[in-house]
Amino acid sequence: MNNQDPKAASPANGDDARPMSTIERVSLTLPRRYGKERRFRLFGFSAIVVSLLFLVLLLGSICSKGYTAFQQTRIRLDVFFDPAQLDVKNLASANYAGLVRDAVFALFPEVESRQDKRLVAKLASGGAAYDLQRMVMDRPDLIGSTQSLWLLADDEVDMFLKGHIPREVPESERRVSDKQIVWIDHLVASDRLEKRFNTVFFTAGDSREPELAGIRGAAMGSFYTLVVTLLLSFPIGVAAAVYLEEFAPKNNWTDLIEVNINNLAAIPSIVFGLLGLAVFLNFMNLPRSASTVGGLVLTLMTLPTIIIASRASLKSVPPSIREAALGVGASKMQTIAHHVLPLAMPGMMTGAIIGMARALGETAPLLMIGMVAFIVDVPQGFSDPATVLPVQIYLWADSPERAFVERTSAAIMVLLLVLLMMNAVAVFLRNKFERRW
Amino acid sequence: MQKISLTLATASLLIAAATTTQAADGRDYISIVGSSTVYPFSTAVAEQFGKTTKFKTPKIESTGTGGGIKLFCAGGGVDSPDIANASRQIKKTELETCAKNGVGAPVELKIGYDGIVVANSKKAEPMKLTRKELFQALAKEIPAADGSLKANPYKTWKEINPNMPDSKIEVMGPPPTSGTRDAFVELVMDAGCEEFESIKAMKKTDEKKFKAVCQTVREDGAYVEAGENDNLIVQKLEANPKSLGIFGFSFLDQNTDKIQGSVIDGEAPTFDNIASGKYLVSRPLYIYVKKEHVDVIPGIKEYLGEYTSDRAMGENGYLAEKGLIPAPEKERKATAKDAKEMNAMVLK
Repeated sequence: MNNQDPKAASPANGDDARPMSTIERVSLTLPRRYGKERRFRLFGFSAIVVSLLFLVLLLGSICSKGYTAFQQTRIRLDVFFDPAQLDVKNLASANYAGLVRDAVFALFPEVESRQDKRLVAKLASGGAAYDLQRMVMDRPDLIGSTQSLWLLADDEVDMFLKGHIPREVPESERRVSDKQIVWIDHLVASDRLEKRFNTVFFTAGDSREPELAGIRGAAMGSFYTLVVTLLLSFPIGVAAAVYLEEFAPKNNWTDLIEVNINNLAAIPSIVFGLLGLAVFLNFMNLPRSASTVGGLVLTLMTLPTIIIASRASLKSVPPSIREAALGVGASKMQTIAHHVLPLAMPGMMTGAIIGMARALGETAPLLMIGMVAFIVDVPQGFSDPATVLPVQIYLWADSPERAFVERTSAAIMVLLLVLLMMNAVAVFLRNKFERRW
Repeated sequence: MQKISLTLATASLLIAAATTTQAADGRDYISIVGSSTVYPFSTAVAEQFGKTTKFKTPKIESTGTGGGIKLFCAGGGVDSPDIANASRQIKKTELETCAKNGVGAPVELKIGYDGIVVANSKKAEPMKLTRKELFQALAKEIPAADGSLKANPYKTWKEINPNMPDSKIEVMGPPPTSGTRDAFVELVMDAGCEEFESIKAMKKTDEKKFKAVCQTVREDGAYVEAGENDNLIVQKLEANPKSLGIFGFSFLDQNTDKIQGSVIDGEAPTFDNIASGKYLVSRPLYIYVKKEHVDVIPGIKEYLGEYTSDRAMGENGYLAEKGLIPAPEKERKATAKDAKEMNAMVLK
């Protein structure tokens, strides 16, 4: 556009100065515009970099603290199943801790004083006795034999070997005394201490002893809670969405309901906990701390999310499908059940999974209904007292023992992994079944 | 599609039905609520109890003392908790609520003591404090030279006492909902407060005002409410060596390589000093047992037996290892006797 219209140039310049062409004026501002665009892109890019940095920082700190928890120090003891101490008729109440103690003493015959003996005995975990009990109850023929067993070591031995209790600081400033360090070094030198995969972490419930604490109880609690949530919130949510989208007349009432549903999706979750406390516990007298109640409360919380996602995916089914079905003589219900719902299903399931993922990470509403609790026994059903993974993380983070720090991070890693898997399933479902028109 | 939704609907109905029937039956495990300070001890006993007896492991919720007693006193039915953990004695008003809801006088068991420590990072110099100085550092209003009250002017420790370091006053501690905070206010602030003649006189004439002056913590940033998580305070102390933190003794005990307890009124917060009563900032810990439930819920008596046994709360018991300061032998015997005979507390 090389037009030299004098009117376009500034008239004040008169005839002597050649009027500026549009292209010239545009090219004058070009560097600035390019600069702006570059900065704009840079802002976006740096936002991504910053959030990635934080993510790396978060994951890095969690993983670097937590990975050690997947290993647990074990101590090899030659346990003599003393027939004098084990009465075949009364195996449940025998003194298994005594067997463990004797086996440790046998390794350190030079230890004499009573106080030192107590310290030596502490090298093995109190949980070792339970392991022995289980072994003997399963195989009473072990009695009288001597077995070389890898038993749990105490959490402080474990922390020391993993370097979480420093060796260099003065004795008064660490929980492992100089004597214990000598013993531990001796055990390591004679191949009696070894770090092994921490199976307890995945098979046990909560415990006050870090070496006996596991996430199985919390994981099962999360599982039962989510099953209840899914079974209730998915059918109810889909039914509500179908009604609102396909049947409900468009009037003030349905508008009001829609506004309320959108509003509910944004309500802080603790409010649902209070509602659950009032309705399910105080009014309906359901048991406190049970995963059913947790599931009911989380259902209330996830319902709006599922309804909104389901409505959106119903909306995205083109009207031509409905019209074609109706046109060949299908009833309204047949149209919905045979055509619209199957086509909308991937979107609904994605919404449901994302809702479930949110429910899995929730603690606040569970506080109110008593699921923030110390529960050792792994829940066996929907009405047993239970806790969930995020609550377990919270409880461990608040425990004074140092060994719980790495277990907290390890539990976070497990939770993140489960969430990642759920989101991956959502993405997979969407890509596999979604149809575009 | 229809089949799936039908199955889902039936399944959910079944679950709902199963739970309601379960609720109608009694409970076969002990339910415990209350203080987060007592929680580590009660859980340790519960675990031991669950692993060594035929009873189920008790369920323990950490709700805070006030919240726990509220639940405990809400009713006498089996759906209410059997035992409440408390880091302070039950209040008269709470007992009245209990009585109003048909809960008789509970059995009060003193399980031991807990020291409250003021600690800082090992990277800094250890502090020597008095309760008066702590009051001066943390109260919202302090008495001026003429006896009238003025807003707390102190910004650094040196301004309070020239022998102390010239660093900003920054103390991290628990929020008002915490029993540790209640006890700290009572044991440190009240005591420090009374060292001022003008306020001491006020105690006789206007007790309400006395309490307000002594127990109000400043809100200008010198006292930081760090939440109920004591581990977090320990970590923050490490990151910021100039600040002090307030928490229970067990956290100091577990982190002696990172933090050090301040000397208060000439005594360091050590196990022996707290047990002997020399260290003044310590408080008794209690559990309250609902007498009506003893014959209804299986295992309560046995649980209390384990709790009050010498191997648990005795001088070398496993609770001492968890940070509980054992009570003197005489008190322990009285507690064990109360637990055995289920003596309800005497209402005053």
